[in-house]
Amino acid sequence: MNRTYELMFIVRPDMAEEDQDKLISALESAVTTSGGQMKNVERMGKRRLAYTVRKFHDGIYILLTVDGSGGLIHELERRLRVTEPVIKFLTVRIDEEQKRLDKIKAIRDARRKVSAAPAPAEASGEAPAVPA
Amino acid sequence: MADETRPTATPRAETSSGSDRPSGGDRPERSERPDRGGRSFRPGGPGGGRGEGGPGGRKYFRRKKVCKFCVEKVEAINYKDIRLLAGFVAESGKIVPRRLTGVCTPHQRRLSSAIKQARNIALLPFAGRAS
Repeated sequence: MNRTYELMFIVRPDMAEEDQDKLISALESAVTTSGGQMKNVERMGKRRLAYTVRKFHDGIYILLTVDGSGGLIHELERRLRVTEPVIKFLTVRIDEEQKRLDKIKAIRDARRKVSAAPAPAEASGEAPAVPA
Repeated sequence: MADETRPTATPRAETSSGSDRPSGGDRPERSERPDRGGRSFRPGGPGGGRGEGGPGGRKYFRRKKVCKFCVEKVEAINYKDIRLLAGFVAESGKIVPRRLTGVCTPHQRRLSSAIKQARNIALLPFAGRAS
């Protein structure tokens, strides 16, 4: 049962670029060995933390999008926990939310098509109307 | 911006209620509640929606608050979108209640969980200003 997750984690600001690459590729190999798939890697760069974490005021944010099972996520979180430069992480499941958004989008598109075909005037009425 | 908190025409509205003045519906006055943090949370949605209405009723009527997410059809409330979330967090770091922002219940629910996730990953503060 594969699900889509977003793994966001913060590494300490003085971590070298190569070390980040090493960490990411290590995580990626862990994903692929357990039958998952790394869909996207996004480095969000260095930014200020909203509060102090382990005496750091800044951190480098990295976002991974992962397809995989719950067991895989468990393993990834365990790895992040034991990796010393990682100061914080958060995993969020996103497939259900994505499904919901797609559904809403489909409904809206269908409605737009219906309202656009018979009367184009109705399409403008659908937008936030001016007060009467 | 559109801060029309001038209490003009309110004393006269009571005395000359019998005259043929058009009821003061065309200039919506803001309610007197203090805005948290000086920010205006209300989107410029359609006005109107008086509770009591009519001259000689209450002095201040509230503009009907509308849910920003319903009006702008924003469905995705994501913890990464700090700029959006920061508009619903008070200066102290607290989540601003629905009765002040006008957000509808389903959206407030998503909003609050997104804010809590953002706090967890140090994008938003738990308390106080983002240092």
